[in-house]
Amino acid sequence: MKVSAGNASYRDLIWRRFKRHRLGFLGFLFTIIIYLVAVFTEFLAPHSQSTYKARDVYAPPQPIRFLVKYRKGEEMLQPHVLGYRSKVDYDTGKRIFVEDPRKVIPLGFWVKGDKYNLWGLFEFDRHILGPINPRDRVYFFGADRLGRDVLSRTIHATRVSMTIGLVGVALSLVLGIMIGGISGYFGGFVDLGIQRVIEILQSIPSIPLWIGLAAAIPPTAPPIQTYFLITVILSIIGWTGLARVVRGRFMALKDEDYIKAARLDGNRPMRIIGRYMLPNFFSHIIAVVTLSIPGMIIAETSLSFLGIGLRQPVVSWGVLLQEAQNLKSISTAPWLFLPGLAVVVAVLSLNFLGDGLRDAGDPYEN
Amino acid sequence: MVLFLVRRLSLMMLTVFVITVISFFIIVLPPGDFVDRIVLEANQYGEVFEQHEIDDLRRMYGLDRSAVEQYLIWLRNILFHGDFGYSFGWDVPVSELIGQRLGLTTTLSIATLMFIWIVAIPIGIYSAVRKYSLGDYTATFVGFVGLAVPNFLLALVLLYISFRFFGQSVGGLFSPEYVNAPWSFDRLMDLLSHLWIPTIVLGTAGTAEVIRKIRANLLDELHRPYVLTARAKGLKETGLILKYPVRHSLNPFVSDLNDLFVKIISGETIVAVVLGLQTTGPLLLQALKEEDLYLASSLIMFLSFLAVLGTLFSDLCLMALDPHIRRQAREGEMM
Repeated sequence: MKVSAGNASYRDLIWRRFKRHRLGFLGFLFTIIIYLVAVFTEFLAPHSQSTYKARDVYAPPQPIRFLVKYRKGEEMLQPHVLGYRSKVDYDTGKRIFVEDPRKVIPLGFWVKGDKYNLWGLFEFDRHILGPINPRDRVYFFGADRLGRDVLSRTIHATRVSMTIGLVGVALSLVLGIMIGGISGYFGGFVDLGIQRVIEILQSIPSIPLWIGLAAAIPPTAPPIQTYFLITVILSIIGWTGLARVVRGRFMALKDEDYIKAARLDGNRPMRIIGRYMLPNFFSHIIAVVTLSIPGMIIAETSLSFLGIGLRQPVVSWGVLLQEAQNLKSISTAPWLFLPGLAVVVAVLSLNFLGDGLRDAGDPYEN
Repeated sequence: MVLFLVRRLSLMMLTVFVITVISFFIIVLPPGDFVDRIVLEANQYGEVFEQHEIDDLRRMYGLDRSAVEQYLIWLRNILFHGDFGYSFGWDVPVSELIGQRLGLTTTLSIATLMFIWIVAIPIGIYSAVRKYSLGDYTATFVGFVGLAVPNFLLALVLLYISFRFFGQSVGGLFSPEYVNAPWSFDRLMDLLSHLWIPTIVLGTAGTAEVIRKIRANLLDELHRPYVLTARAKGLKETGLILKYPVRHSLNPFVSDLNDLFVKIISGETIVAVVLGLQTTGPLLLQALKEEDLYLASSLIMFLSFLAVLGTLFSDLCLMALDPHIRRQAREGEMM
């Protein structure tokens, strides 16, 4: 149905403007895909995150091939990868991998593989793509130091890395709206005090502060606890930016006639804020929130990379990038950069999405 | 004006004071201290400490007092004796350890800031004036990549590329023969020849951000009536753009200067670890891991102090650039 600008709802107008923002829309699609990966992790990954095979240490990526040649010269269409014959080069001490045309590992969809527990609800063992024989292993993006599949681990890390940004931002948002709202609504000394606190917090270089806080988490803490502590640490600084935005908006709205009317009608401050002010700049908030998720993701990645954020056995992109920390391992296995690529794609998508939302956020402009 | 400076400086002092409190207590408050680490390490080698030995160690390091007492003593020694305490891990006074590294961090941060200005301002102006040209698209693309690649990852990739294709390692700020050499002209040259890689790594994200900001600000200004008036009066296009709209568009940028500088100092910590720079980053990380109380607190304090100085500098720049702000400062409206 085609609606004219005159009677279209606010939401319609935003959606229409948003679809015209091409990069923003692309970012939107990618963000959805990445979050789908985070939801269906175990099903999408060919292997589990921890299974390994000692013989496949640093095995290079295996390209997918389609034609199988048989001895008689017949050819058959069967997606497969070739297994490796490996030997140790005694001069350099490195393991050398050579593709073995006789070791055909057929691939299939909906195959049986490592068992997993989907969303804590039921046991399952199917994987969307993987070797037909559950005992084979495939490495589309190579194997790591212990012979674990880099692709599977990157997919598993998506869940942790992408949700840590969300949880962190949610926490910052609650703090930001509350404190920024109070600051902007009441003004005066309250505002002055809160603004000074924000200024002081923002003038502390965040990474040293984060490192300091993260180093205080005992290494023996259970993974779930570490996860939440990290999100709390990230939002300790994260809320300040949001509070500033909210405050600015409140300041601008405070003297609008309809707010005055609401106040004269005897509404209490919390109701005025919640019912009349927040909806007015909600779209703007969403854009700002989207734009602050990438910062959280990068922060978590950096902390884990330094070895003071999340720790094994939890895998996040930062934890995986720890494997690529020294020159020796990245020169032997450049595919260890794959989680880094995931970070870049996720951050770019969220940035584009946020830009698009911000531009679309005010449909009555022009 | 004097009033403004006094107010600014007193706010600065307050900020630094609050930061010393924060940086001290995030290290002291969590359970476990340096002595616990010594005991733990000794246990791994099969040595066992008696309780009275542990108590003696604590007393020796001053860790037997309450956190507040420790903090007050530390603060008193800084204020009255210029003594920043003793590094447990290195067994030397903190001031000996951090002097040179702090200097290098400052040098690197300022070099990065210069790099960002020199690269980003002209590119930003160009992209706005030649909107949707090939150059604009290239700048936008590079800008997005710069924004999305965490700088430690950029450092890693550079390490890999230089090793793989040029067969050399780019880490460090000095060639091996100059690391511990006294300052000389050759050593300075050696530093400069190594400085550019960390500068680029640290500056890319900032450059991207500044290009975006200047482009957006300038695009808002280019269609203002005053630009049209100036053009109608026959001013040359280049001079006109540089003299009026660019000056306007730089204004929000200068007010973000502080933010940018804080980010550079902050990012330096990680990049220095990856590239193995002899700056404060690796020292701070190690100190925090070891719970080397005074070293870590002093480092965080100095880094924050550097950032606060950056804020003051950005305010002064803003005043030089914008008469509105000069007037506000004169009349004491601005805090």
